[in-house]
Parts: sequence; C-alpha cells; structure tokens
Amino acid sequence: MTEGTGTPLLPPTRAEYCVIACAEAWRDAGEILASPMGVIPSLGARLARLTFAPDLLLTDGEAMLVRPDGTVEGWLPYRQHLALVTGGRRHVMMGASQIDRFGNQNISCIGDWERPKRQLLGVRGAPVNTLNNPTSYWIPRHSRRVFVEKVDMVCGVGHDHAGGARYHRIPRVVSDLGVFDFATPDRTMRLASLHPGVTLEQVGEATAFALTVPDAVPPTREPTAEELRLIREVLDPQSTRAGEVGT
Amino acid sequence: MTAQEVVSRLHSGMTLGIGGWGSRRKPMALVRALLRSDVTDVTIVSYGGPDVGMLAAAGRVRKLVTAFVTLDSIPLEPHYRAARERGAFALMEIDEAMFMWGLHAAANRLPFLPVRAGIGSDVMRVNPGLRTVTSPYDDGETFVAMPALRLDAALVHVNRADRQGNGQYLGPDPYFDDLFCAAADTAYVSCERIVDTAELTKEAAPQSLLIKRHTVTGVVEAPNGAHFTSCAPDYGRDEAFQKTYATTPWPQFAARFLGGDEQAYRSAVREGS
Repeated sequence: MTEGTGTPLLPPTRAEYCVIACAEAWRDAGEILASPMGVIPSLGARLARLTFAPDLLLTDGEAMLVRPDGTVEGWLPYRQHLALVTGGRRHVMMGASQIDRFGNQNISCIGDWERPKRQLLGVRGAPVNTLNNPTSYWIPRHSRRVFVEKVDMVCGVGHDHAGGARYHRIPRVVSDLGVFDFATPDRTMRLASLHPGVTLEQVGEATAFALTVPDAVPPTREPTAEELRLIREVLDPQSTRAGEVGT
Repeated sequence: MTAQEVVSRLHSGMTLGIGGWGSRRKPMALVRALLRSDVTDVTIVSYGGPDVGMLAAAGRVRKLVTAFVTLDSIPLEPHYRAARERGAFALMEIDEAMFMWGLHAAANRLPFLPVRAGIGSDVMRVNPGLRTVTSPYDDGETFVAMPALRLDAALVHVNRADRQGNGQYLGPDPYFDDLFCAAADTAYVSCERIVDTAELTKEAAPQSLLIKRHTVTGVVEAPNGAHFTSCAPDYGRDEAFQKTYATTPWPQFAARFLGGDEQAYRSAVREGS
C-alpha cells in the first residue's frame, strides 16, 4: 500500500481497524446526527463524514453543530438534543459497562440496584435512545466482565425486552476484537467480522455467553490509503486513538 | 438577597430542584450555603454533578431523582458513588428525557406527560410506581406516563440577572434552568453579576434572557458562584480544584473548604491551588 508520493504506509493498527468499524455504522446515513461516545467512535464519525457519509451532522461535544473543520453550522443544546432523539434523526454509539447476548446494555451500576457493589453513571439517555433512534455500542476492552450472560441493570433495551417497539434498532456492536450484529433468528448476538490479527478463540474466551459464529467469518475491512491518511494526518495526528485501544 | 437568606427560607424535608448539568453551571454558592445550614432530609431533583455528590456525602439527602451523576471530565462522582454504595438515600433513577418531560409536566400543571422512554428497561423495575398510558388514537401505542416533577424550590445559577429576577445565560447551553424555575413553587437565581435591566440586552441577544421574573422569588449576586463547575463564558471548570475535590476524603474536604463563609471558601481555594 503506497501513497501518491510513493512513501510506504505503516500497516493499519488495531485502533485504526476499530475506527473503520465504527465509521461503517454511519455509512450512507444521510442527514442525521452522529452521536459518538468515546475517542474511536468520534474519529469514526468524523471519518464517515469526510468520506462516505457527507451529509452527517456532528457536534463539538457541547451545544454546537460543527463541520469537520470546526466551523459552527448549528446550535443543539441538551433540550434540543433530547427532542432530536425522539424525532429519530440520529444514530448514537454508546459505551457499555455490560452488554448481553440480546443487546441489553448497562451503564448504571454493578450488582444489586438497591445497594450496588459499584455505582456507575446512571441510566443516562440509554432508555430513550434505544426506543427512538438506532443505537450502536463501542467496547474498547472486550472481556467477560463486559460481554455478560445477563446485565445487572437494563439501561439500553435489548431485543428480548423491546417487545417490537417501533423504532428499536441495534445496528452493531464494535469491540477491540471485532464487529457484532443481531442478524440471527432469535435476535441474539452474532460475530459479523473479526479485526485482522484476532482469532475466534480470543473472542470466545473474552465472551461470557454463547455467541453465534457463522461458518465463514469475514475480516473487518481494510482501510483505504486515503482513510489512513485522514485518520493519521487530519483527524488524529496526536494518536489519541492508541490510548483507547492498544496494539 | 444573600445565599444565607435563600437557605433560611428552605426547610428540611423539601423537594429541591438544582439547575445546570453534570459539572456545568451548578449553583454551587447556594449549595455551599445549604451545606452550612441545618436543612436536611431533602429530595434532590438534578441532572447530577458535585451538587449531588456534596449533599449526599454530607448526609442531607433523603431521596434523589436523577438520570446520572458525573463530574464530566471525571466520569464517576466519587462522593456520590460512596454514598450510594452505602445505601445512604433512596433513588428514583430515570432517563434523561423522562426527567425533562417530568419538569415540563410540572411547569404546565399537568399530572404527567407521555414519553417514549423507559418501557423495556429496568427503569420500570426500579420505579414500581411508574404507570403507563395507552394512546387513545388508532396507533394504540403504550407510553410511560412520566409524573410531574413538582419542586418546592429551584436553585439555579446564571451569568447575569437584574434585581427583579430576569436571568440571562451567556454560554452555549441554557440547560434546563428556566424549566426548573417554572416547575417550582419558589425559585432562587444566583448570578455572576447583578446588572441594571437595560444592561442585559445592551450587547447580548434577547434570546439570552432565559429566566423570567414571574418565576423567580429571589436573586443573589454570587461571583464565582458556580465554582468549581463551569460557567461559560465567564470561566471554565476549575479542573485542578475538581480533582482535589474528587480525591480528598469528604470529612477532610468539608473541614478544609466548607467550614467558613463564601469568602473563607474563596481564600481556601486560593491557598489550595
């Protein structure tokens, strides 16, 4: 893989595959708000905006809608953000302290809710997000503590609790090991792609529930040379992505 | 009014709404005054930040209504966590949007508003009192009937206000401060600076006049009154001090910074940094 100048590019890192896997969540999304939470989803959303999802709306993390270069193009304070959620013109990528095979997500507490062993953030907007706009998840450290059989507190609603809710959709879960979806008859989690360098055994060992694994699992796609250039030179020259996912 | 006078009108057992969001534009001078009083056993309604952390750590909270408690740059509020993990108070944990519609219902004198949020989640399990309502129209969808979050008093902090209680925000986000005031029987607005009414719109757009005087009971001039939370554009969050707050055991923090009045607080902060 070479750039136009003929300089050989370093091969993609794990963090860069993760950026690509997150960016893909917003492919051809149209004129909707991308709400990424975390460094790598933010890079993914901005990469998508610069390439294959040019109509995406992005925020500065506060109350402004901004173009990729930081130019303010709109105002979205929290009250309008919450209204936009229920209008559905948004695809959020949230974190998860726990996620289970049906895609239930927990960011509230670990242990018994009445008297938690570990108090976390609280349900935040997960209940409203999951009933109103597509909600994907990003998990920077795939482990059995996160990918659990049953979450301690359902914040983001999974398929077994959604009861056919009209606007419920969990397009994908991206971790540092691979990409997952719910394209199974019972809407449980399926391995959709493995990041290059990751083995099936690794994923199995790091997941505490039975994951559907298709006969042929594709690798997460390679970034193009232009995408790598954008990530490395334009979006994240300080390489903050490496702080979220190591190599 | 002074912050002390505000607190003298609050009583133990009241339901208090606190404006701002996380560690942003919290009425901290009023919260500090509350901590200096003997008001206790309160129900706090807040998009929680250090306001909740401090009141919970000090044992003043009987019940908390919230969707989260965070210091933003420090995701988990340590004093809140400790209080919650020792079961120090009752909790009504609801979604961010449910919270907002609860305030709207209160401001509009409605018993509830239908919300497409909560159903399917454990918000329903941990709040057995929440009821649902089914659309009377052809769609027949079932919603959560979010009850009004009516407040005995609201405490908010803004950038400028006049003596009559017209409050102005100059930062990027109004948060929900006007709603807190409208949802409350009494509302107290602290501000960075009290100015003449004509001064308010001299340089700022009229849309910045967030809080209307008919919803306000009293105004307090409290320079640095949101410290250590942010109060854009007057000042940003005091990250160094927030870190001190987050890493100091509560009794030590309270003794060092909350033993005296607001002036003593300011000098202790200066010495501490």
